[in-house]
Amino acid sequence: MTSLEKPGIWKKTANGRTALLYLLPSILLFSVFVFYPMFRTIYLSFFLTDQNGDAAIWVGFENYSYLLESTAFINSMKATGLFVLYTVPIGIVLALFFALLANEKLKGIGFFRTVYSSTMGISVAASSVIWLFMFNPSMGMFNRLLSLLNLPQIQWLLDPQWALLSVSISTIWMNIGFSFLILLGGLQNIDEHLYESSRIDGAGYFYRLRRITLPMLSPTLFFIITISLINAFQSFGQIDILTQGGPSASTNLIVYSIYREAFINYQFGTASAQAVTLFIIILVVTILQFKLGERRVHYQ
Amino acid sequence: MSKSYDKQVDVISNINVTIEPGEFFVLVGPSGCGKSTMLRMIAGLETITSGTLKIGDQVANHLSPDKRDLSMVFQNYALYPHLTVQQNITFGLDVKKVKKATQQERAAEVAETLGLTDYLKRKPRELSGGQRQRVALARAIVSESPICLMDEPLSNLDAKLRAHMRTEIRRIQRKLGITMIYVTHDQVEAMTMGDRIMILHEGEIQQVGKPIDIYNNPANPFVATFIGSPPMNLAYSDADKKASEIVIGDILRLPVPSNEIITIPEYQLIAGIRPEHLRPALKESPEEDKLYVVVTNVEVLGNETVFSFKLGTNEWKAKWSGQWHIEIGDSIPILIDYGAFCLFEARTGDLIKKSTDLGNVVFGKEVLV
Repeated sequence: MTSLEKPGIWKKTANGRTALLYLLPSILLFSVFVFYPMFRTIYLSFFLTDQNGDAAIWVGFENYSYLLESTAFINSMKATGLFVLYTVPIGIVLALFFALLANEKLKGIGFFRTVYSSTMGISVAASSVIWLFMFNPSMGMFNRLLSLLNLPQIQWLLDPQWALLSVSISTIWMNIGFSFLILLGGLQNIDEHLYESSRIDGAGYFYRLRRITLPMLSPTLFFIITISLINAFQSFGQIDILTQGGPSASTNLIVYSIYREAFINYQFGTASAQAVTLFIIILVVTILQFKLGERRVHYQ
Repeated sequence: MSKSYDKQVDVISNINVTIEPGEFFVLVGPSGCGKSTMLRMIAGLETITSGTLKIGDQVANHLSPDKRDLSMVFQNYALYPHLTVQQNITFGLDVKKVKKATQQERAAEVAETLGLTDYLKRKPRELSGGQRQRVALARAIVSESPICLMDEPLSNLDAKLRAHMRTEIRRIQRKLGITMIYVTHDQVEAMTMGDRIMILHEGEIQQVGKPIDIYNNPANPFVATFIGSPPMNLAYSDADKKASEIVIGDILRLPVPSNEIITIPEYQLIAGIRPEHLRPALKESPEEDKLYVVVTNVEVLGNETVFSFKLGTNEWKAKWSGQWHIEIGDSIPILIDYGAFCLFEARTGDLIKKSTDLGNVVFGKEVLV
């Protein structure tokens, strides 16, 4: 009786093998560009390296303990924390505000939708250069405005008090396009009938916003908050162009600090240790967000 | 309550109707005829281009939806997916800042009526289609508005549930005495539920009246084919005054009483007859009255039999009660009476002769005594 024969391992795994075949291209790509660099970084973080970036001396966790005692690193962490705090909530609230505006059915609203999302189409480098001009102390737009209003001049990028704030402002501007687009998409997905029904009940705009829009948008908001958080932790381009981490390391965000450690100081070991620390921080923040935030999310 | 509209644009024009308080008024028509637009105009979700809408004695053209004191059930129910059934039902009350305790009370009461008590804590996605429909209904009822608008509320339900909900909605409407304006494309719903129905086609009123009156005396060929299933059989026809006959579909000649033939105009007509008015010819029927037709299709529905045949270029249907063993291709004799015909003017579609011979399908209560 052939039907009673147990199917062999080869036959049992037929589905799995087919699936693997389909996954092969992405597994290959991910391995080369994600997994290998990741494990290499973890590996390097336990070594002191030579100038070529090759592992030279095994030091175990010494790189990490060095980091925790280093005031530069602590400062960098603080700056990053502040930067995230400045950019993420304000960026999302502004994007949500614009998305709500642009979601109204008005004539010519398409123009505004394009404008609000246009920052998505500008590279970080290009927009940083534009902001560099605007922040320029003598000929920049902001200081001109201040002098018109008879207010004292501000050294936007040169004053340690202001530099992080300035960088944050330009970052908010850069990120708004993407958040706006995603939130607008989320808003457009909300069934128009829900609003009509609530209008018949007599709900005002803010009541609708609170009881319908925000709960219905919560999956999108959750997504954009997660992405924005991760993005903010990884900001690099605007720092490099606007301030190079200065003045007096006030804008030395962690990714920029990693870059300097590795490619200017050639300390690949400590740079890797910082990178791993950043990875762990982002992981923890994201997990926390999922644990705490997802309770408030209403999936359909 | 009175209401009259003249929306002079493409979608809806020259609507002029008064809906009585406590009435179950059905707007029926094929899709795209403007019936939903009209409902939305009543609700205030769509602006009225011209004309006036009165609710009670008040002109309501520019009243916001919540000031019109009405409730609405949407086709897709528009339940809030993130709220529980209870919260969905009390949403409108919460907006109106009704006390929490009263909200609970009224929600519980309505839920009881509609059999939703066990589901109050659930989310809409955990409910079946029929239950969601009932939540939507509950939401409309709980507001205690005197007017309730319904936009094809039963179209997402299966046939059996639809039949059940038809009677359910009708029962609730009678019990609460609310004025119901009900939009549907289903003529069965219109016939069974409405006190009065309005048939719309391409944004214009075709006919307004009691379902039975409309069924018996359709105002034009569109109404004749739209109401009734299978639809009324139609064919072009001409009057032959010399022979005192009417020629239907170039084939069928029927004698017309001489006092009636003079009232029939010269121009081309459309003759219509309900499928149930085509009667089987019996053995004792005089041979000259019999019309032999070749059966092209048969549907036996258990309690009635519907078969099709060709009359000239038109395919007609006949509906006989009982189960008839007829095969496709059979040639069977039928009786057609001139009296059962409706005549319409072909060009304008106006009704010029009502069907008078309804004797074999209309019964009074006295028959039972």
